[in-house]
Amino acid sequence: MSDTGALASTNLPLFELIEGFVSELRTAGLPVSLVENIDAVEAVREIPLGDRDAFKYALAATLVKNQSHWKTFETLFEVYFSIRGAEYLLDPEAESPFGDLDLDELDFAGEQPPGQGGQGAGSITPEEMAELLFQAMLNSDQTLMKAIAKQAVKRFAGMEPGRPVGGTYYLYRTLRNLDLDGLMERLMDQARNSKPDHQLSPLEERLERDEFDARVEALKKEIEAEIRRRLVADRGAEAMAKTLRKPLPEDVDFMHASREEMVKIRHAIYPLTRKLAVRLARKRRHNRKGPLDFRSTVRHSLSYGGVPAEPKFRHKHPSKPEIMVIADISGSVAAFARFTLHLVYAISNQFSKVRSFVFIDGLDEVTDFFDKTDDINDAVHRVNTEADVVWVDGHSDYGHAFEVFWENHGQEITAKTTILILGDARNNYHASQSWIVKEMEKKARKVFWLNPEPKAYWNTGDSIVGEYGAYTNGLFEVRTLRHLEKFVDNLA
Amino acid sequence: MSERFESVDTVRNGLRGASYLADESIAGVVFLADRLEKPVLVEGPAGTGKTQLAKSVAEMLGARLIRLQCYEGLDESKALYEWNYKKQLLRIQSEDEGSTWDDVQTDIFSDEFLLTRPLLEAIRADDPVVLLIDEVDRVEVETEALLLELLSDYQVSIPELGTMSAKQIPLVFLTSNNTRELSEALKRRCLFLHLDYPTLEREKEIVLTKVPDINERLAEQVARIVRSIRTMELKKHPSVSETLDWARTLVLLGRESISEEDARQTVNILLKYQSDIDKATKDFSTNSAAHFASAPT
Repeated sequence: MSDTGALASTNLPLFELIEGFVSELRTAGLPVSLVENIDAVEAVREIPLGDRDAFKYALAATLVKNQSHWKTFETLFEVYFSIRGAEYLLDPEAESPFGDLDLDELDFAGEQPPGQGGQGAGSITPEEMAELLFQAMLNSDQTLMKAIAKQAVKRFAGMEPGRPVGGTYYLYRTLRNLDLDGLMERLMDQARNSKPDHQLSPLEERLERDEFDARVEALKKEIEAEIRRRLVADRGAEAMAKTLRKPLPEDVDFMHASREEMVKIRHAIYPLTRKLAVRLARKRRHNRKGPLDFRSTVRHSLSYGGVPAEPKFRHKHPSKPEIMVIADISGSVAAFARFTLHLVYAISNQFSKVRSFVFIDGLDEVTDFFDKTDDINDAVHRVNTEADVVWVDGHSDYGHAFEVFWENHGQEITAKTTILILGDARNNYHASQSWIVKEMEKKARKVFWLNPEPKAYWNTGDSIVGEYGAYTNGLFEVRTLRHLEKFVDNLA
Repeated sequence: MSERFESVDTVRNGLRGASYLADESIAGVVFLADRLEKPVLVEGPAGTGKTQLAKSVAEMLGARLIRLQCYEGLDESKALYEWNYKKQLLRIQSEDEGSTWDDVQTDIFSDEFLLTRPLLEAIRADDPVVLLIDEVDRVEVETEALLLELLSDYQVSIPELGTMSAKQIPLVFLTSNNTRELSEALKRRCLFLHLDYPTLEREKEIVLTKVPDINERLAEQVARIVRSIRTMELKKHPSVSETLDWARTLVLLGRESISEEDARQTVNILLKYQSDIDKATKDFSTNSAAHFASAPT
């Protein structure tokens, strides 16, 4: 009955247990209201307590109202309501009272080929273990996979009691010893050899690989969970939750995002630009009422006996928004530039008329790079190699870049154009030429400036964002998705 | 407390009976919605069966489905109720000299002149109903407020008539494609259910249930290919309904299994953008060729 362990193993009353969990969620940044907290308690009362999965989705449905918070919730859930038994204690001195009843290991031993000792799992050699892992992956044997994950952590992770780490290190050590790449090749070879002509068609090859990938991924997850269980048993849920605390995806700073976080951010940009598109389109339609439509009013008055009770108006003809994006891609904003380009790409997928320009001290139009390809990496690569953005020395010169823009493209700005400028306005003490921004603002519908620097750094050193900002319709600090979202919301 | 369902399993089996394959959390949230008398906010990518869930729950309960399709510019008169002006005008015109304004007023603002719209209809229904508020993210934030009274107290206030309370608490489903963040007030009142693309096993099962003549092997292959396609970065990933369309096509073509040629010729059923099609086709043939080259022989 390991399932009941989630609740039965703690002596706290249910309410207090959930209370603690909720406060941890709040600390992690999730907005959980009092009402939702009460709902969670009510929900839990309705479900069978022994069912850990039910417990999990009952809490999720009442507490987590945003999909991007799911990961945070899940991690914390695993930490808080993990199965805590003495068997997971890291301290070897503490003898486990359940040692004999370790079902996983009994299964594990049972799976061994006969005649190879089999006096418990501890005695098998690494080769045998690799072979078992191979079999587990090949046949997608869940029980065996879990047993191996457990064994692998015991054997390879080298966990020490009391060390305040998050577990990534242990995960790395365990995985390194399992040689998953080699395993993958073996699996693929096996798949090929099972065919009569020892060949897979490209499609089959791809499908097999994806299938094995999924299985290996499941193994990694299991190992991670196993490590976490042990860490929680060692140090307690509160301490673990603290170690694992990470900013929510929307609070990750673009400038310091890890590769993995960047991928998440990239995925989150698409709904945002769709939102942006909806906002701009809505804005266009919001002033729905055009001039009075006399004909239609008279027509409708007939049903009121000739009283024009319901005046009808003409619809304004909606105009498509035109967007010009001007982005700084110099070294000082390199990390941001990567994000900028993704944003530009996402925007150009949403709007029919987007023109994009990039600059350092020279300026070049890159609209085509984004239009002609469906692979963002391709586009970014082309921007980085082909765009002619260096004029003299490759240090940002906003003034000159604006000059070039104004000279070549200034006449293309119309009253329908929205201009987005992305950059930190660190101008290396060149002439600002801020009159150009002023002129742009006069001609265009709106000009917005998005700055990736923290507000505290604005107008310090060579940053002259204030000077430019004065002429725009809005100057925004955009360092995280939350900021970007706020900007999009402000458009309405 | 209403108790339409005995347990989570009752919900799951019931939904299966309405040929909707619910996983543990879907069935669980529907169960909780009934027990806690709370609306369910269903969110997720297009084509994962959000609307279908409400329909299937209605079918399972033998209840009438009342649907409010949301769109920009939806207002009170289309969502809640409206006075039948024309009828009111006729009533006033047919008035004889004797009656006072008070008489007329109480008369024309009575039930007879009230046009019920979906939300009010759901409240006033005598028979069991399931209310579906579809694509709630399409209305403006301000319009969301219209829903709040209904969602938390199951009542609608009409100035001329007073407050109308629900005769029975209906099950309410709201769906959202997440084109914008819904207001906190709305989310707070709902249980949240995220419907993502199904897992390989569940998708295979869905295919087997919904496509009658398909064999197990083909269903497995279909589900696998769709899963692989979903891992790519595309403009639009294939939805469950597109998976089903594809499976049906393959059955109609009399295929027992999918060859590469079949996949190439019919992929346009799964993917709707030419660029996505090109990418998938390219990915399936070249990417693995690269693996081939690196694989030890």
